[in-house]
Amino acid sequence: MAEAALKLGGPKRTSFMDKVMEILPEGGNLNLCLTCGACSSGCPATGIDGMDPRKFLRMAALGLDEEVMKSTWAWCCTQCQRCVRACPMGINIPALVFNCRASWPREDRPKGIRDSCDAALKTGGFSAMGASSEDFQFVVEDVLEEVREDQPRFKDMLAPINKQGAKYFLNQNSREPVTEPDEMVPLWKIMHMAGADWTYGTLGWAAENYCLFLADNESWEKIVRQKAKAVDDLGCEYWLNTE
Amino acid sequence: MRKTFGDDVAKEMRFVVKSVVGEENFIDMQPNMSNNYCCGGGGGFLQATGFQDQRRQYGKTKFDQIMATGANYCITPCHNCHSQIHDLNEHFEGGFHTLHLWTLIALSLGMLGENEREYLGEDLCECGLEDIAE
Repeated sequence: MAEAALKLGGPKRTSFMDKVMEILPEGGNLNLCLTCGACSSGCPATGIDGMDPRKFLRMAALGLDEEVMKSTWAWCCTQCQRCVRACPMGINIPALVFNCRASWPREDRPKGIRDSCDAALKTGGFSAMGASSEDFQFVVEDVLEEVREDQPRFKDMLAPINKQGAKYFLNQNSREPVTEPDEMVPLWKIMHMAGADWTYGTLGWAAENYCLFLADNESWEKIVRQKAKAVDDLGCEYWLNTE
Repeated sequence: MRKTFGDDVAKEMRFVVKSVVGEENFIDMQPNMSNNYCCGGGGGFLQATGFQDQRRQYGKTKFDQIMATGANYCITPCHNCHSQIHDLNEHFEGGFHTLHLWTLIALSLGMLGENEREYLGEDLCECGLEDIAE
């Protein structure tokens, strides 16, 4: 049996959804829902914590702000945007979800994501694993030296750091230098074989940005801007993100 | 891909993969390209303390998609996807291997070193090793 219908009443108040609509282009089309369910039928997060994209949107549309906010489902949506693609009205449900995340008190947001964001803000490379630029440089140079010694075909291979005017600025997920540094080598070899003029940078070398996933707007914007500045300061033409 | 450059980039990626493994060895999953499902590793899910069960529940859709191909190797060009799908395989006991794309590119070019083969299965872990020593 279905649950009893929700009873709504009282004067219409400004809701969470109204506020989100104000900051999205075209209001994110949030009030155009036809309730068809195409979003939910193709969402891998459907059913988690008893929620799905249509239910989330409908609850927000009905002004059930408290129930929307207390659901942990906002942290189970990966913002993949399949629902937007499937939606005949192009409704930006992920943006609603993102702003739900942003409305949580920062200290209540999932600890692991928060710690990753905070760690990034403390390092010059913006590494979510807290790896320092010095450690990153050491690992790169150490691994490169070993490859150049052990693999004669790559005795001249380079993994430049802070090379001014390189064409490509390459970044690297922190997991590689920190937990499996040998996984960087195939990438270097491909760049080497392609004859690409590339460089890492001690500033902004880490590819990830968990402040974005934390919905900490000020911090994720700061990280993106400073990473972009690091690329510009080295005079690189392209910023290659390995994520 | 769905969020930025669209299906054109998905097609370029398939050109690379087919060039590397041979057209006859590539099995696309269903649905694919812009209709594909997210693996569930991104958006902070892998880092979200206390959300492990939900992350795996989310990833079951992707796991079932991979299993339906019957393929021995799943290629993941992104590190988050690699971590998530590697974990899904172990948790749901899929019995397939999860590879970074660069591993296969380097292997196909005969330049994958001995220490760079962590994720290859027994059938490929020694493939071309004699070339690299020269």
